[in-house]
Amino acid sequence: MADTVALEREHMDIVIVGHVDHGKSTVIGRLMADTGSLPEGKLEQVKAMCLANSRPFEYAFLLDALQNEQAQGITIDTARCFFKTAKRHYIINDAPGHIEFLKNMVTGAARAQAALLVIDAEEGIQENSKRHGYMVSMLGLKQIAVLVNKMDLVDYSEKTFERIKTEYTAFLDQLGVHPSAFIPIAAREGVNITGRSELMPWYSGNTVLGQVDAFIRPSENLDKLFRMPVQDIYKFTAGGDDRRIVAGTILTGRIKVGDGVVFQPSGKESVIKSIEAFSAPERTQMEAGYATGFQLTTQIYIKPGELMCRKGDPAPHVRRRFRTNLFWMGRPPMVMDKEYKLKIGSTQVGVALAEMNQVLDASELGTVLNKQQVDRHDVAECVLETTRPIAFDLRNDVEPTGRFVIVDEFEIAGCGIILEAMDDSGSLLSAHIRDREFHWERGSVTVDERTKRSKNAGKLIILHGPYGCGKRRIAKHLERALFDRGNLSYYFGISNFFEELDHDVHTRNIGRERHLDKLGDLSRVIVDTGTLLITTITDADDFDLEKLNLLNAPSKVFVVNVGDNTFGSFKVDVELSYRPDEDEAAEKVIAELKRQGILTD
Amino acid sequence: MNQLDQLESKSVHILREAYREFKSLCMLWSIGKDSTVMLWLARKAFFGHVPFPLVHIDTAYKMPEMIEYRDKFAREWRLNMVVGQNKAQLASGVTFPNGKLTRIECCRALKSEALKHTLSGEWDRLRMNHTTGQYELDTNREPYTGVIVGVRSDEEGSRSKERYFSPRDKHNDWDVDDQPPELWSQYKTAFAPGTHVRIHPLLDWTELNLWEYIEREKIPVVDLYFDQGQEKRYRSLGCGPCTTPVDSTSKTVAEIVAEIRTGKFANIAERSGRAQDKEDGGGLETLRRDGYM
Ligand SMILES: Nc1nc2c(ncn2[C@@H]2O[C@H](COP(=O)(O)OP(=O)(O)OP(=O)(O)O)[C@@H](O)[C@H]2O)c(=O)[nH]1
Ligand SMILES: [Mg+2]
Repeated sequence: MADTVALEREHMDIVIVGHVDHGKSTVIGRLMADTGSLPEGKLEQVKAMCLANSRPFEYAFLLDALQNEQAQGITIDTARCFFKTAKRHYIINDAPGHIEFLKNMVTGAARAQAALLVIDAEEGIQENSKRHGYMVSMLGLKQIAVLVNKMDLVDYSEKTFERIKTEYTAFLDQLGVHPSAFIPIAAREGVNITGRSELMPWYSGNTVLGQVDAFIRPSENLDKLFRMPVQDIYKFTAGGDDRRIVAGTILTGRIKVGDGVVFQPSGKESVIKSIEAFSAPERTQMEAGYATGFQLTTQIYIKPGELMCRKGDPAPHVRRRFRTNLFWMGRPPMVMDKEYKLKIGSTQVGVALAEMNQVLDASELGTVLNKQQVDRHDVAECVLETTRPIAFDLRNDVEPTGRFVIVDEFEIAGCGIILEAMDDSGSLLSAHIRDREFHWERGSVTVDERTKRSKNAGKLIILHGPYGCGKRRIAKHLERALFDRGNLSYYFGISNFFEELDHDVHTRNIGRERHLDKLGDLSRVIVDTGTLLITTITDADDFDLEKLNLLNAPSKVFVVNVGDNTFGSFKVDVELSYRPDEDEAAEKVIAELKRQGILTD
Repeated sequence: MNQLDQLESKSVHILREAYREFKSLCMLWSIGKDSTVMLWLARKAFFGHVPFPLVHIDTAYKMPEMIEYRDKFAREWRLNMVVGQNKAQLASGVTFPNGKLTRIECCRALKSEALKHTLSGEWDRLRMNHTTGQYELDTNREPYTGVIVGVRSDEEGSRSKERYFSPRDKHNDWDVDDQPPELWSQYKTAFAPGTHVRIHPLLDWTELNLWEYIEREKIPVVDLYFDQGQEKRYRSLGCGPCTTPVDSTSKTVAEIVAEIRTGKFANIAERSGRAQDKEDGGGLETLRRDGYM
């Protein structure tokens, strides 16, 4: 078959979906065989194998390569087939139709830009014909062609075809999906696959092959807002390399050298200095689809997981609560009061199911179930709440930044799209604090009495800085200095234990949140006893400290920053240099505590 | 964006995810064209650097040109080069070339077993010392929890069902019937203790794409792929005794590209020169479940 050269060649991913046994694998097998796309000898090999095992030959065996698939005559996992026409190169994903393997179907469909949906003419529309239609639209595929298969079993009847077409069109209408075509076929017989057949003179549309080439490659999100999740920040020093590179894959839009950029949720800003690449021509402009890297004109402190946007563009939402449509694939259901992990862009964050609005049965749209959990294969409309603010767009505004997956233990168990950003004030955290304060019963000793005795008010003093900056040494020295001048001070060293845990990438975010929550609740009690509670934290950001402030209310935390100040708008109380002299450091902190009236003598 | 740009970006994205998420990460380098392209993609992803070790399983039956090539580029690109081998089996002399094992059994011993124990750190690993240019015993015996492998979907049936991030259990087994979902560039990066994840950045590439990319990027590949005048060349590289050259007069990358795009190999499976594929009816699935790639 003729083939274009790489430079001008188009590529497209297609998925074939539909109810079990409706003939998906047969369509693909036939398409491959009839266009000569199979490797030489493959067809003969499969035929010989069938003969040897005295089984009837199936085109599906060309794709169902797993031993269990051939034994059971079903597709278990999505197969990728490489297929080419004069127009483009395709990867066709042959998805399984059995409900048990829905997660494999989702995996295959999420890769594709267009879908072929197969319906058995004799059996008609089945549960998974609808469920797959729903999933395909949720996954964001805009182009669908419906293949009405096994027309041989209904005598190639136009009436049957039209009935299915009318019924399924009505279903897709509810989803806002408008199919590109309905094609009557008989896959096993090779009817309307690559060539038009005499058997259905009433049909004058495309063949399957013609339809595949008629799909339009979606524009690559070039004209949308610029969005790039920061995948990592590299500083490889080998060979004298001194570049600091912000790396990621651009999801939408374009950017050029000299453009101002804003990172969310931190809100930090800089300007693109250069576009970096290895062994490639220099570029001054980059666009959606490329995995790339930038140097910035200023050394700002940002973390992987932030969303890089263009300055002046409409900003993404930065919130902790949002309303979603969520599809659940995990065997254990998604329940309230459990912490999961949410992955969006390059961010990973703790998340909980905060409110359930409704559960939709994806095969019978409109059946609303009143449930408090999301079971396997349910689609739920619900509110999620993350443990810290994340940057996102609504799915209808910028699709790639409006969708996420949910991890339960070690597995991706759910996926969803964001419909609406919600007000954070109703958050689980504020509810927790309201609850806690409501139940707080006071003793008879007043705060003033305590302050009079120890000459200090209670306070949480945080020494913040990177590993090795000397903050622990200073913290202990400060405890001693305060104690020696008669104040009530206590160095809380256990937080170092929690921080060790934070080194592990997988517990980094979630473990850290729990640690901060505990520290916040605990310090609220100890500060109330009139103690100067001293502790250390590594690598905190504005949100961490604001959260501690919330948990400490009515008291505020007192922050001593050691080394470079990496905070955005958060104001620290004392700034110390990296590895400061301990006496000078303690002196400086004590002076500021006096100035603020925390030390009263 | 043309097809090669798309493939490159996707692979780079996967490599960067792997590097961020896996503390103990390595890349398998078989010296063949696939894993050499993958190594090149790593240099793309990390702007000229390769920030993890490259592991090569030396069956002792590899063609000498392959080892020469490996060490040349390990030195030139200052790679963190690690080599593993089934020394006990080789010492016992029980191998296919010695007539004492079938091809599949030999693969299992010299590749699967060697790989498994090299990855887990149970067997010795040799590591290139760039000061002396020699291999010495690696003191790091930490198991690798992320292993980057250059398999492609178009190679063989069961591989067409692979994930980009594919978990292996405690016994190195691949549960093909129950794989994790993968969507919207979100992969399985969390794993239970004792298990590991194989990472497949080349899944979407075809043999033609690889050669086109080698041509575009001018990636040096081992000479065995080219006809040296005998009108024969290797299309796929493995152990000497089990890999036969194909008839071809392609002497340059451009000639190979033409041969695969429209010429004599346009419709002939790549691994047709590998003898062990033909012995097992279930294809490579049995071996793959076993941990052999
Ligand atoms: N009569 C008739 N039978 C067909 C036709 N196409 C497929 N079949 C048969 O339908 C059965 C199921 O076909 P498959 O292609 O395996 O179905 P599938 O949709 O891939 O099934 P799963 O992947 O398991 O969901 C096979 O026995 C095919 O031979 C057709 O056009 N006419
Ligand atoms: Mg099938």
